[in-house]
Amino acid sequence: MARKLNLRIWRGDSDSGELKDVQVEVNEGEVVLDVIHRVQATQMGDLAVRWNCKAGKCGSCSMEINGKPRLACMTQVASYPEGETITVTPLRAFPVIKDLVTDVSFNYKKAMEIPAYAPPADLAPGDARMQQVDVERSQEFRKCIECFLCQDVCHVVRDHEENKKSFAGPRFFIRIAELDMHPLDILKNRKKTAQEEHGLGMCNITKCCTEVCPEHIRITDNAIIPMKERVVDIKYDPARWLGSKIRKREGL
Amino acid sequence: MSGVFSPTRAKIKERTLRTDKWWLQPLITFGVLFSFIIYATFRAFENANYFTEPLISPFYSPCLSEACVAGSTIAGFTPVSAQVLNFALSPALIILIFPLGFRMTCYYYRKAYYRAFWLSPPACAVAEPHEKYTGETRAPLILQNAHRWFFYAGLVFNVFLTYDAIISFKNPEGQWGHASVGSLVLLVSSTLLWFYSLSCHTCRHTVGGRLKHFSKHPVRYKLWTWVSILNHKHQQFAWYSLAAVAFADIYVREVATGAWTNFYFF
Repeated sequence: MARKLNLRIWRGDSDSGELKDVQVEVNEGEVVLDVIHRVQATQMGDLAVRWNCKAGKCGSCSMEINGKPRLACMTQVASYPEGETITVTPLRAFPVIKDLVTDVSFNYKKAMEIPAYAPPADLAPGDARMQQVDVERSQEFRKCIECFLCQDVCHVVRDHEENKKSFAGPRFFIRIAELDMHPLDILKNRKKTAQEEHGLGMCNITKCCTEVCPEHIRITDNAIIPMKERVVDIKYDPARWLGSKIRKREGL
Repeated sequence: MSGVFSPTRAKIKERTLRTDKWWLQPLITFGVLFSFIIYATFRAFENANYFTEPLISPFYSPCLSEACVAGSTIAGFTPVSAQVLNFALSPALIILIFPLGFRMTCYYYRKAYYRAFWLSPPACAVAEPHEKYTGETRAPLILQNAHRWFFYAGLVFNVFLTYDAIISFKNPEGQWGHASVGSLVLLVSSTLLWFYSLSCHTCRHTVGGRLKHFSKHPVRYKLWTWVSILNHKHQQFAWYSLAAVAFADIYVREVATGAWTNFYFF
């Protein structure tokens, strides 16, 4: 059954902006992206919003709904109490372009800084063989849809613009973990560069990235903390360091 | 202006637009941890009422000081002087650094106290009040990387506390085959400490997480899967074990002062 919803939408660009109140019809089963599209079609024809699949798989419609980073296409209007005003803003960790659209190129720059998968030089295409138990940890991280909600909520860059130079963010820590745990990846300095170049030590594991991940990837427990422990192995554990020198083991 | 108020970001004056009770969880965490710290500090310095045959408080075990009351030591082993620099040292102060260090550097508690005490951040998508942030990259927070050493020490402590729980199945005259409320209190406390330790992220890493090829180490892989199951509940074990240890100490103290009677089932 249709009802009226009070919606506050942030309108503006990098120079100025404000929250605008609108009232819009909402039907049973609709998600926030549906009502934004209705506002766009009936009241604000120039409202900018990025979207694509409407199925929670493309990561385009990331925004903040009542202050929480979420996918608009996966957020049921009915999940909010009837009568409550829903406030929609762009992601607050990235530069705004217009209305609900932000410039997320920070993430693409960081992606380029992570060295790619490095298989053995003598491994011909099609010859890679792995056991399931060896790749299942990495497979969890492959579920990432690059919505960048984790990057948006991470206070290291959200609350400190200056840290963007030295901090890759949770999305790229799972990328590093995925490769460091990959059975055929032979690049040896991923742990060291994770700490020294990508800012793993900046993370204080407050787990907001895990809380907002729409794919329910256990970013902190399964990627960031294991990587922190691997960094301890090579940088802060003299017993491990000595053991690796004596036994000359390059990887277990 | 930094963070969410940076010039290029959407001009929104509120630090957060969250409408839920985001402040409640850090407030509760602060209240509980602060209460525990106050109580544990009081008990560590009290230097009394920590032993009553056959129960010993987990705050004072193992009792390694010459100042330990009769019967509270392990086979009379007291390597630490009763006084250090003319200061009468409580036996608790000698050992509490280890369980304290284990919890302070624990990956779960870090989340809890960074949020509740340091507001960094107070909650997700709530702007923190600090101008600068360097995380765990420099002193003193770089010492969080010592977590594994406290984990190893914690395992040793668990052995002692389990021993305490076992000998609590004696009666005050030293005869085996008896069980009291105190026995159950110490047993639950030591068991929860084992669960807390074994569910630890460092434990998960040590038993198998650091491996690149699980298939070459099937036993360690199995251990890793078991610890991973426990690891899902690490937060709960952290709180349950903290509460159990605090209650065990309260129980022993009250029995030692005579306020409570240690009821024997048989």
